Amino acid sequence: MTTTQTTTTVTAPAPTAPTTRGPLTLPPHIARATATAGGALTIISAFLAWTWTSAFPGDLTVYGYPGGLQWLVLVSGALLALFGLSSYGIKGLTWLTPQGADPAIRLASYAALATAWFSIIAISVSLGGVVNLEPGAYVAAIATLIGWIGARSLPYERPENHPADPEDSGFEQFKHNLSNRWTTYKSAFATNSARPAKPLPSYIEILIVAVVLALGLVVFTYGISTEYDELFIGFLITAGFGFAAIQKAGLIQRVTTLTARHRNVTLVGAFVAAAAFPFTQSDDQYATIGVNILIFATVALGLNIVVGLAGLLDLGYVAFLGVGAYAAALVSGSPTSPLGIHLPFWQAILVGAAASMVFGVLIGAPTLRLRGDYLAIVTLGFGEIFRIAVLNLDGTSGPDVTNGSNGISSIPNLSLFGFDFGATHTIGGFTIGRFANYFFLMLLVTLIVVVVFRRSAESRIGRAWVAIREDETAAEAMGINGFRTKLIAFALGATLAGLAGAVQAHVTYTVTPEQYQFAHAVPPNSAFLLAAVVLGGMGTISGPLIGGALLFLIPNKLQFMSDFQLLAFGLALVLLMRFRPEGLIANRRQQLEFHEKDEAPATLTKAGA
Amino acid sequence: MTTDTTTAEATAVSTPGETVLDARGVTMRFGGLTAVRSVDLTVNSGEIVGLIGPNGAGKTTFFNCLTGLYTPTEGEVRYKGTVLPAKSFKITATGIARTFQNIRLFSNMTVLENVLVGRHTRTKEGLWSALLRGPGFHRAEAESKARAMELLEFIGLDHKAEHLSRNLPYGEQRKLEIARALASEPGLLLLDEPTAGMNPQETRAAEELIFAIRDKGIAILVIEHDMRFIFNLCDRVACLVQGEKLVEGTAAEVQGDERVVAAYLGEPFEGDPGAAEVAEVEAAEAAAAPETTTPGTTTPEAATPTTPGESTSKENDR
Repeated sequence: MTTTQTTTTVTAPAPTAPTTRGPLTLPPHIARATATAGGALTIISAFLAWTWTSAFPGDLTVYGYPGGLQWLVLVSGALLALFGLSSYGIKGLTWLTPQGADPAIRLASYAALATAWFSIIAISVSLGGVVNLEPGAYVAAIATLIGWIGARSLPYERPENHPADPEDSGFEQFKHNLSNRWTTYKSAFATNSARPAKPLPSYIEILIVAVVLALGLVVFTYGISTEYDELFIGFLITAGFGFAAIQKAGLIQRVTTLTARHRNVTLVGAFVAAAAFPFTQSDDQYATIGVNILIFATVALGLNIVVGLAGLLDLGYVAFLGVGAYAAALVSGSPTSPLGIHLPFWQAILVGAAASMVFGVLIGAPTLRLRGDYLAIVTLGFGEIFRIAVLNLDGTSGPDVTNGSNGISSIPNLSLFGFDFGATHTIGGFTIGRFANYFFLMLLVTLIVVVVFRRSAESRIGRAWVAIREDETAAEAMGINGFRTKLIAFALGATLAGLAGAVQAHVTYTVTPEQYQFAHAVPPNSAFLLAAVVLGGMGTISGPLIGGALLFLIPNKLQFMSDFQLLAFGLALVLLMRFRPEGLIANRRQQLEFHEKDEAPATLTKAGA
Repeated sequence: MTTDTTTAEATAVSTPGETVLDARGVTMRFGGLTAVRSVDLTVNSGEIVGLIGPNGAGKTTFFNCLTGLYTPTEGEVRYKGTVLPAKSFKITATGIARTFQNIRLFSNMTVLENVLVGRHTRTKEGLWSALLRGPGFHRAEAESKARAMELLEFIGLDHKAEHLSRNLPYGEQRKLEIARALASEPGLLLLDEPTAGMNPQETRAAEELIFAIRDKGIAILVIEHDMRFIFNLCDRVACLVQGEKLVEGTAAEVQGDERVVAAYLGEPFEGDPGAAEVAEVEAAEAAAAPETTTPGTTTPEAATPTTPGESTSKENDR
């Protein structure tokens, strides 16, 4: 975006982009007021009744108290109003928008508009017509529309577009105009470089980090405990646009600097927040999802060492989860295990990890001599070999080890220091059920994996991995033993998956070969694991955790589209790779790699992510 | 975990005149093609040796034999008396570092990280050390970092330590590649066309840098096409032609050697070109390169009357 024409005298639009201002365009100062007022009005509308019957889930019939989708509209309206006020330079609120408020206002107005209109349409469709709407719904529709009109009238620097060549064919002209419009549209969201933050006392910074983590917990808990499809879709809409708005405001970047400064505090805080999750639940229903998300995300983080750091495309990674799970199940004392031994958990988890490591080395040693696509294909093959081998070790096709397709079932619950994981406990008035118990255990494993990832990434071996990813020949010329280094990455990744697998076997009672496929409707499977890494952000810690959470939660919540799940998944991946190739959480390195020209800073303040 | 960080002096400084690299009868065959035929070359400590030759002469093949990318079909290469191992990463550990003709930095790592990767062979912390983070780990990391910053200061890039290496200008990328190679504390530095693509100012800066490296006691072997650069720089120059070493000697000797000139520019054409044409070519070349001619000798390109067509072949080599 080097050829931007400065039109700070905003009343006169740039002569080169004359047609983009529609009839609904307001003068700038009115636009700002309108957007802010739209936000405020949206907040009010959330307190009104939207429909007359409680047949629509969430009970939107009450005046004075928002329910269900209204909460989301309330949040997005509040976001819009906050950014609107911040753009007036109100003291304290300007801290929220270090990169300028206008792009954030624009995105927040989209959030409010999309959420409110989605809710209203959902009500009308599910109840059978707009007659079912109460005045409150109309207020919400109009308020968000007002906010949106105000936001879209805000001035921005329009890029200087080249008009289409009149001698081109019609289609060429159409394409050219389309790309011009797209450039102009994108420039509406272009941000200024961030204002430097005023230095705050350390305890306030830590307080901010804590608040952010608490907010994260609230958002995450809300997402997990959404009870019906409409609410979850609304949540995705609000969260998506809201996150984008916060990002454009520069808040994410600001918080990231804070978390980078207080890394250990953040790490501890994040785990305290995660550990608080079961206490927010009244029963075990959503703790199940929680523990499964943790397993999936932890394995994705382990895969991130292999893919994100060492650059080895492993398409059969789920096999190591399976090895860990089977190894732990075999020694768990399950009545269907042919070994029939019962090791204590700490031994079982070590057996799982060690078995995975051995398999990692066995599979890695021959395959890691290959590079790139060949490695991907061979690992894909080994992943399937594991599944089919396990399927056939059933006593008829081969020795009886795994019971074939029946798997190893009735794995007994764990018991550590007299704490029975299968039973429901009451801690401080909170009921902690079976899955919540395992949630805590899995959280511990996640913590181990996070620490292993962080420490290995920021060391001699981590640098060697990245060097090999960047240029293997040069890395060898620098004295790095490529094969050995890659094998360490491969084995370490496998070991971490084995750790998670050992817990997973106990959580799910049963291990069967079908759980460990390449592509399957239910995560974890190799394709989803890789997608979680790529979608979340390669080479980062939070990326795979967030990517894993999303990739688990979305299919789990949107059961009605299970037939189209892989299609939607593929579509989402394509779109993401087109518009944000570095993943949701960008490694600072990758941010520079993919967006060198636009907005990224030229230096890294903190090496790594 | 054992942590062991050897200092620069341990490997870099050696007694002057000692043979650092000794290649004897190196022959490299690819099927029926003999790319390098029984080449002998020695490099002594504190010496800069140049390797020149027309395109396709086998310079890079010979270079790859030295750096372990190829194992010579016949002959052997010794570094300070020991035969080189066959793997390139082991060669770096013995004390030979190299740069690449086309820059091969780790482009998405910072400048500092690039140099730290160069320290790989001189540090020993493995995975366990990284995970457990004992005091030895922190000490070794700090030491590596200090040493890397020292090297960056040496090449004048310390102020850009946190930049991504891909964002550096071309000349600085070349320098960084040299710093990365130096980080492995080599006794011999192999430079593959260090001035390729550089402008005259950058070339001069590179020259100074190479002299400074030599003054640290590191022997240097350079492949280069820029004759002016190589004859200024090198104590000794060897010329490879069609896989064989044609001549070896001081810059003046090689410059004056008829066979070198012939190899680069071809034999004088039988059918004599017009006298006017010869004079024109000579005048043009004299104007282009007056300052390099040392008394008593002439540069190869100005030495022989040639046809205009052939005289450009040298230019194409650059």
